[in-house]
Amino acid sequence: MKLKILKKVRVVVSLTFFFAVASLFLDFNFSLPENGYDFVAYLQFIPSLLKFSLFTSLATAGFIFVILFTLMFGRVYCSFLCPLGCLQDIFAYISKKINKKEYLYSLSHLKTRYGLLITVVFTYFSGSIIGLILLDPYSNFGRILTHIAAPVVIGINNSLVSALEKINLYSIYPVELKGTNLSPFFFSMTVLGLILWMSLKYGRLYCNTICPVGTFLGFLSRYSLFKIKFNLSDCIKCKACERVCKSGCIDLNTQKIDFSRCVACYNCFNVCPVSGIEYQWIFQESKEQAFKDKGKRDFIIQTAAFLLTFPFSAGGVEKQRKFYKKSTVPVVRKTGITPPGSLSLKNFLNKCTACHLCVSICPAGVLQPSFLEYGLLGIMQPRMDYKISFCNYNCVACSRVCPSGAILKQDREEKKLIQLGKVKFIQENCVVYTQRTDCGACAEHCPTKAVRLVLNKKIDKRAPQIDESICVGCGACEFACPTKPHKAIYVENNPVHLKAKKPKENKITEDVDLKKIFPF
Amino acid sequence: MKRREFLKKSFKLGCSVGAYLAFGDQVKAFAADKKTRDLPFDLVAIKGEEPDIMFNRAIESLGGMKKFVKPNQTVVVKPNIGWDVEPERAGNTHPLLVKQIIKQCMDSGAKDVYVFDHTCDKWSRCYANSGIEAAVKDAGGKIVPGNLEKYYQAVDIPRGKRLTHAKVHELILSSDVFINVPILKSHGGTKLTISMKNLMGVVWDRGFWHRNSLNQCIADYATFRKPDLNVIDAYYVMKRNGPRGVSKADVLKMKSQIISTDMVASDTAAAKLFGMDPADIPYIGFADQLGVGSRDLSGLNIHRIVL
Repeated sequence: MKLKILKKVRVVVSLTFFFAVASLFLDFNFSLPENGYDFVAYLQFIPSLLKFSLFTSLATAGFIFVILFTLMFGRVYCSFLCPLGCLQDIFAYISKKINKKEYLYSLSHLKTRYGLLITVVFTYFSGSIIGLILLDPYSNFGRILTHIAAPVVIGINNSLVSALEKINLYSIYPVELKGTNLSPFFFSMTVLGLILWMSLKYGRLYCNTICPVGTFLGFLSRYSLFKIKFNLSDCIKCKACERVCKSGCIDLNTQKIDFSRCVACYNCFNVCPVSGIEYQWIFQESKEQAFKDKGKRDFIIQTAAFLLTFPFSAGGVEKQRKFYKKSTVPVVRKTGITPPGSLSLKNFLNKCTACHLCVSICPAGVLQPSFLEYGLLGIMQPRMDYKISFCNYNCVACSRVCPSGAILKQDREEKKLIQLGKVKFIQENCVVYTQRTDCGACAEHCPTKAVRLVLNKKIDKRAPQIDESICVGCGACEFACPTKPHKAIYVENNPVHLKAKKPKENKITEDVDLKKIFPF
Repeated sequence: MKRREFLKKSFKLGCSVGAYLAFGDQVKAFAADKKTRDLPFDLVAIKGEEPDIMFNRAIESLGGMKKFVKPNQTVVVKPNIGWDVEPERAGNTHPLLVKQIIKQCMDSGAKDVYVFDHTCDKWSRCYANSGIEAAVKDAGGKIVPGNLEKYYQAVDIPRGKRLTHAKVHELILSSDVFINVPILKSHGGTKLTISMKNLMGVVWDRGFWHRNSLNQCIADYATFRKPDLNVIDAYYVMKRNGPRGVSKADVLKMKSQIISTDMVASDTAAAKLFGMDPADIPYIGFADQLGVGSRDLSGLNIHRIVL
């Protein structure tokens, strides 16, 4: 009977995490505290795992707790912590209210589940994170927020702003929606559509067919110390538990539970009129017959078959990573530019699951999802888009939120010396040379004076002169450059980020005589 | 046929009446070039104190803020808030000065005092870190966004040579009084940014100016709506690496201020204060030719105050 409270706890915890993660993505005004909000992403399985592989420390060990929970009580993660899981529960709840939806026991989709898990693992170790980009539940949730929920919220905010301005109130600020990114939008719509359909109709089917985290934790939960089992002496076979099981893993006919598919939602405890279903310690004398090993055997055979047929050409992924070049554009960047704190192209592309949290919170809007700038296998991973904006010199927002170690925490002063790339000047495009008129927009915006105006005696005009050694690659010059259609100044990526030299500081020594009369 | 013509004509008439009704108050704004203000001086230069104290003294010597702001009028104050830097970096107008100007406007009975800038760095960060957002709210003004195109209305600049039309922030068009509050500092493309250059922050497409002879466009725009008052902040002055600056090492504490209704005169005086020959700053010459104001300071009645 005490077990009934578990469902209530689950609902409270999962909604807390759901709204905490959502608030992180929808924090347009940057009002959340700078520190102490890390716990939200700390327990997200894939980001934590990736970060841990870079920094082995307790501060990145969230996924280990998830594994420990799982080895104790099963897939607690899926119902308590996963925001995409919570979203499905919300849909399923609505469906239940409207349709009086009841679930039935269903067969396991072993081939699909393990096939996808193995593909993701295999591609990752072959050097591509594409599997995680497409299938990590946290990242999918993040993209749904960034590309579907956020525009709606921003739209509401801005309508409110317009309405208030009509009555001469400027108390809230409008939010600019920077960049239109079709590929992540359509991808997120597809995932949302799939999840909506699956959760309305079959509960947690997505988690038990497609989600690689679900499959992995499901695999672990076969060895959990406590499992949910029937208490055969008390069960009255009323089927109440089977009808509320979103995973369809309770089979009352055989009185068995496929615990690898159980998402630990505890709906079954809640409806059982007796004590017919309960957590049982595995060393306790089983009140239920042991699982037959059929599932395990199937799994091993299928894994072997899958591995044999898997195209091994995937090993050459690293070399195939070509960077998109538009032939008509003279400004041809060799690669996409990664944000400050990402260390290198390699680290970023190997750790980023494209959750787009950095895209959501970047105050300047310079971080935008890539299309093919990192190649097909890096689709949707964010890049610095200097057409849309430039990196604010004083800002470290993206580095403080990234949960996966793709962007590492940066001290504000250290960040000012990170060189993402180097400035390149195309004299043939510059208005000072082509029109012989003053401009200097690039030098104006440069925070370090890596671009400065120096008198060119040949044309008798002050023209841009660049110093790559103090350039941080923020893209301010490129963004500000007014030439059309091709820019006269741009940033070329550093595949490994370097340290820029500190700009020289010579204190102005001029004397000011405050008692002296004016020079006019 | 007659009926159709009648309909056409009445449609045209309707349009023009509608346009007048819609933009009538803006037309009023252009006519508001108040030469008849009867001021004791053409230009006031002051030095030696804090920005707010200097402003109080200077405006007092011109006859007080009531000369510029009448009860129930709306005022737009345009400081330079272009960069995400703190006041000591001299990238933006000093917040104390902005605060004091708004206070004076409110004390003169202004209905509303609006403040905005079309910033270069991310606007919300500029507003916050310049200290101006807080200063405006403290003084009872309204800080308004300037980085969204929806606020900008297309206008013609009939006297412009290169810049013949632009999109201008609606508050510049609709407010009764326009107070320009630039900061004096070094500038890459134009050598110095002062009053006229500061007006680049009230238009939408700055890239056009940069592509089409920046100095000429600055002078062209100065022929459009002249500010009713220019208050040049020269408390902290960025002597090099402007307009953004690299560090505090670029800044000189000059503790000065220049106030005038004439942008060309005030920019000429400010250039001299900075230590530059005004003849080296092309837009001052261009604006003088266009009749925006006078760069000949010898003919002006200048009040100099050393505190």
